Amino acid sequence: MYVAVKGGERAIDNAHAWLAEARRGDTSVADLSLAQVREQLSLAVNRVMAEGALYDPDLAALAIKQARGDLIEAIFLIRAYKTTLPRLGYSRPVETGAMRVMRRVSATFKDVPGGQILGPTFDYTHRLLDFTLAAEGAAPEAAQAEAAAEDLPHVLGYLDREGVIQPEADGGAAPGDLTRAPLELPADRALRLQALARGDEGFLLGLAYSSQRGYGRNHPFVGELRIGAVAVELDIPELGFAVEIGELELTECETVNQFTGSRTQPAQFTRGYGLVFGQSERKAIAMALVDRALRWKELGEEDTGAPVQDEEFVLAHADNIQATGFLEHIKLPHYVDFQSELELVRRLRREAAGASDREAAE
Amino acid sequence: MSDYNFAYLDEPTKRMIRRAILKGLAIPGYQVPFASREMPMPYGWGTGGVQVTAATLTPSDTLKVIDQGADDTTNAVSIRRFFQRVAGVATTERTAEATVIQTRHRVPETPLSADQILVYQVPIPEPLRFLEPSEVETRKMHALEEYGLMHVKLYEDIARHGEIATSYAYPVQVAGRYVMDPSPIPKFDNPKLESPAIQLFGAGREQRIYALPPYTRAASLDFEDHPFDPSRADHPCALCGATDSYLDEVIVDDEGGRMFVCSDTDYCAGRRAAGHRGTEVAA
Repeated sequence: MYVAVKGGERAIDNAHAWLAEARRGDTSVADLSLAQVREQLSLAVNRVMAEGALYDPDLAALAIKQARGDLIEAIFLIRAYKTTLPRLGYSRPVETGAMRVMRRVSATFKDVPGGQILGPTFDYTHRLLDFTLAAEGAAPEAAQAEAAAEDLPHVLGYLDREGVIQPEADGGAAPGDLTRAPLELPADRALRLQALARGDEGFLLGLAYSSQRGYGRNHPFVGELRIGAVAVELDIPELGFAVEIGELELTECETVNQFTGSRTQPAQFTRGYGLVFGQSERKAIAMALVDRALRWKELGEEDTGAPVQDEEFVLAHADNIQATGFLEHIKLPHYVDFQSELELVRRLRREAAGASDREAAE
Repeated sequence: MSDYNFAYLDEPTKRMIRRAILKGLAIPGYQVPFASREMPMPYGWGTGGVQVTAATLTPSDTLKVIDQGADDTTNAVSIRRFFQRVAGVATTERTAEATVIQTRHRVPETPLSADQILVYQVPIPEPLRFLEPSEVETRKMHALEEYGLMHVKLYEDIARHGEIATSYAYPVQVAGRYVMDPSPIPKFDNPKLESPAIQLFGAGREQRIYALPPYTRAASLDFEDHPFDPSRADHPCALCGATDSYLDEVIVDDEGGRMFVCSDTDYCAGRRAAGHRGTEVAA
């Protein structure tokens, strides 16, 4: 006799218990501390903060540990936690011109005031596995220099003063908040940048790469890439002035793009912009390219039909938590719908067989 | 449960969702954009339904959660537990005892009453999405009541297959105006959309809420010479003998032997408790 399948509840409990055990792995190996993750897997922590859209290295480290190193799962944990936090206010715009810079390079000028600062970059490393890391080694130390006394000016400011790059005027309007209001299209640039800043690094990388290879081509130069710490200031209404409440590490990328001009404008450079939590260079550059490609309408360029130019396509698919949820949900039970499809297909096949039999008889 | 607000969401968020629900009830079948929150379960698992349920529940409610018609499917268990934990409400498996029912892919067989709310989990709220991928375009089509594309699709089905080849998520026109996706319920359930209960539809990832107020006409799209046919497997339930319920097909042996049982587990259990028997069960 058939008994309907039961036991979903017990199955879930057992699955969770097994997951917890598997997460810990071999107990003869020391447990991973959050400080270790935070300090030694800091670029993973940065990505989780950027796409989780919450700047908290300790929580990101916890999420990475809990997610067994699955960064999208960790980002999801951070997003779900963020939902429960009250929104106390909006900070003043951060001043990246006053960034305490640890890395700053420009590809458009050989030298710039303040200099090129390579900082802690993989760029010129030879990608050879360093087997000394497999053995527990001593802590490497780098030489130190005095920090620059003055703020490093934005490289694109020099082009700005000359008038050869399109100026970006402050529209004065308060930007919308993607997390508090549903995205409605067409979106303005501030909303697009918000969506890109928390968008999936891999998706943006692919889109940006496609634009470089000719799908919505718009040749970019990295005008400036800078990484460092900026102060966050919040206006306190009771005090009547802004108070510094903390510090963020940011990566900012400004691209200089060719623009041949249009009927209404003389030739001028234009820019793409990327700003991401933490040291996240690949993401910041990709974001700047995608931002620039999405501005085709505003700049009177041709719509070539490239995916990277399609605002709805880009914004609707950039969020990896939405994407992975919808992708993976197809493993949930669908047997009711499948059953109705099965009956339909059987019926259509019966009818088709009947029709060909009749034809054969004729 | 002291660490979370009642039903997880904070009160301003619930108010925002309730406003969307009220707007949806005021414009039946219209998809209301809402600022969907990130929930602690993944998109695709019912985040829209969970948010609507959270905004709808009161402490005195009794909640039932079903997936594929059954209370004990894993995701139904998970969502029910979530609300037990964060809202502490009473739960039930009995359709008649519930005041709020969250469902995925089915409408319960037991007719609903005026004091019940049915909350649907919706993956893709836009019935025109697979004909027109752009949201900007489909919103325009709804605004202009431009549904020709849908009728052409249904006509092409008939031309190609002799019948409309949509067996679930079968579109309905609500109160003579908006064409609406009833979520992926089998078309067998479409006639139940005209109901004394309030029916709310939540799509979390797509940030849309829509609604069917009580006793609202929800006409399944068809043609005069090809009227809508809800269709059903041609068997009685092997457990309870019901001939009026939607059936799951279960493969029971290595030879591919099959049997058909009610998808609505509460309905089936209720009938068996009342003494009904199918072929598989000794009296």
